[in-house]
Amino acid sequence: MTATVAPPSVPATRQPRYLLDREGVLGPLMLLPAVLYIVALVGFPLVLAILYSLSDVTVGDQSIDLIGFGNFTAVWDNGTFQKALRNTFLFTFASQALVLVLANLLALILSADFHGKRLVRFLILLPWTTPIALAAIGWLWMLDSVYSPIDAALRSAGLLGPDTPFGPLRNMLWLSKPDLARLSVLLIHTWRTLPLATVILLAGLTAIPQDVKDAANVDGAGFWRQLIYIRIPLLLPIMTVAVLYGVIFTFTDMTVVYVLTRGGPIDNTQVLASWAFLKGVEGGDLAQGAAIALFLFPVMAGVAALMLRTARRTETS
Amino acid sequence: MATSVPPAPAPKTPPVTAPRYTGLETSPGVARAKRVGARGILYAGATFFALFAALPFAWMVLTIFKQDTDLYNAKHNPFVYNDPPTLDNVRALFNETEYVTFVVNTLIVAVAVVAITLVAVVPAAYSLTRLAGRWGEGLGIGIFLVYLVPPTLLFIPLSRVVTELGLRNSKWAMVVVYPSFTIPFCTWLLMGFFKSIPWDIEEQAMIDGYSRLGAIWRTVLPIAIPGLLTVVVFAFALTMHEFVYALAFTSSSAEKTISNGVPTELVRGDVFYWQSLMAAAAIVAVPVALLYNVFLDRFIAGFTLGAVKG
Repeated sequence: MTATVAPPSVPATRQPRYLLDREGVLGPLMLLPAVLYIVALVGFPLVLAILYSLSDVTVGDQSIDLIGFGNFTAVWDNGTFQKALRNTFLFTFASQALVLVLANLLALILSADFHGKRLVRFLILLPWTTPIALAAIGWLWMLDSVYSPIDAALRSAGLLGPDTPFGPLRNMLWLSKPDLARLSVLLIHTWRTLPLATVILLAGLTAIPQDVKDAANVDGAGFWRQLIYIRIPLLLPIMTVAVLYGVIFTFTDMTVVYVLTRGGPIDNTQVLASWAFLKGVEGGDLAQGAAIALFLFPVMAGVAALMLRTARRTETS
Repeated sequence: MATSVPPAPAPKTPPVTAPRYTGLETSPGVARAKRVGARGILYAGATFFALFAALPFAWMVLTIFKQDTDLYNAKHNPFVYNDPPTLDNVRALFNETEYVTFVVNTLIVAVAVVAITLVAVVPAAYSLTRLAGRWGEGLGIGIFLVYLVPPTLLFIPLSRVVTELGLRNSKWAMVVVYPSFTIPFCTWLLMGFFKSIPWDIEEQAMIDGYSRLGAIWRTVLPIAIPGLLTVVVFAFALTMHEFVYALAFTSSSAEKTISNGVPTELVRGDVFYWQSLMAAAAIVAVPVALLYNVFLDRFIAGFTLGAVKG
């Protein structure tokens, strides 16, 4: 990328002096490294994943012999698959429904001025800026079967222990009981994706033109009226974007479940992604692992399509 | 900053100004009471959300400095130090575990990934904003969507690719694979910066006799330094965050990065060294959070696909 300095006496003309000055050559050439990288390490593996899922490849036998849709039917008939599929949808849609409500509230709060706002913003962003595997470790300790601080707080509030609403045990055993374990995973996903949705919504809120707000104030529209007739309609596209990110990051995540429960107790928190990992990497059945992971694809593609539509609509408006 | 429970903000009395009449309030007293109430709700809400987000981190930090005799005594009040706080657990993390190796590996991987990302992303983003014409924006969004292809879909075939490259169980596997998500994300980020640079500047440089590449090197890149810095930060941050590929590709502790090494190596069987574990997590969480905070606006501008003009 050394600069080639032409003699200053030469007048600039429309005629390109170097091959690299021709836009038709330079454009694709500059794009090439990035595109090659993506094709080689996203496009090609995606094709390979599909091939794997249609074959009988394992860690022991790496040759790809196509066997048709056997893996998909075998996976579908597996009881764990039903659980994993249900959990994946449950975690995704329940957590994102919560996020939608909470993020709107939180964005409203952060759009106001108050003391300590910078600190509050920093703290609120922490769940999302922390590498998720480490945040999950933090939660593993929060939900410890003996030393959970939540249990301690419940005990001192008289809610946990012998002769109390959540008793008689001294601990909730958050990650050992199926329902509580699912609730825990769900809430951790909410906790983790809330910051991103909030800051996206906040960006949308600040983008509402001041004169619209002024006009509403002058017309005497109260808080609720402004919320229903101005904020929500104007924020709808950006809200869609925020939720779509939440959906994709929750739907395809395996880290929370892997670190917290490894899918247990007895597969009750298993999700597609974590099950694919346990089967494909730890179990060595690459073909079935790939087939399970590919069940993530339709939702992912749907989200991408919706994202494109939203982007295009805001572009034209 | 993350090391303390957020102080409950003191309720602020609204500035005493003459209430503005719009003719719609029933009486000044009611309006004022409403405003005080609104402030109260605001602070209560802010405190609630700050606690919800930060409590696990506060608990982490409280745990780090506890002695074993204090931590593992069910009769102790867990929210205070019953025995004096200690730094032994942090010392143990650095001296008796592979943590330092993980940190060094993470830095090596991150620097290499950042370098590869920059080399691919700068020309690509320039090409899409300046040379691709009306296709540029659409192609840019298309490339960004590649960022959303999750590691959980690709780790199995990529393990094969990594093995074929002879990088199985090596940190260089991550160096090769991570740009597959940093490049799509950062190309889109940088396009936003290039778009904001007026075309006149390059044109003038070219009229002055520079070639196109010369003009880019001399005029566009110096102006785009904040953009390049953003790319560096987010390529770095995404590398710190990644877990699935790291878990799938590396198994020996000498090659692991922080996000993989801490949950797999520091948690051995049933023996959890919770204090050291929490220290390992907190030491990473805080600097990464600070980086994000500084560059947040650019990040959001990228994530909203230009739907919000920042």
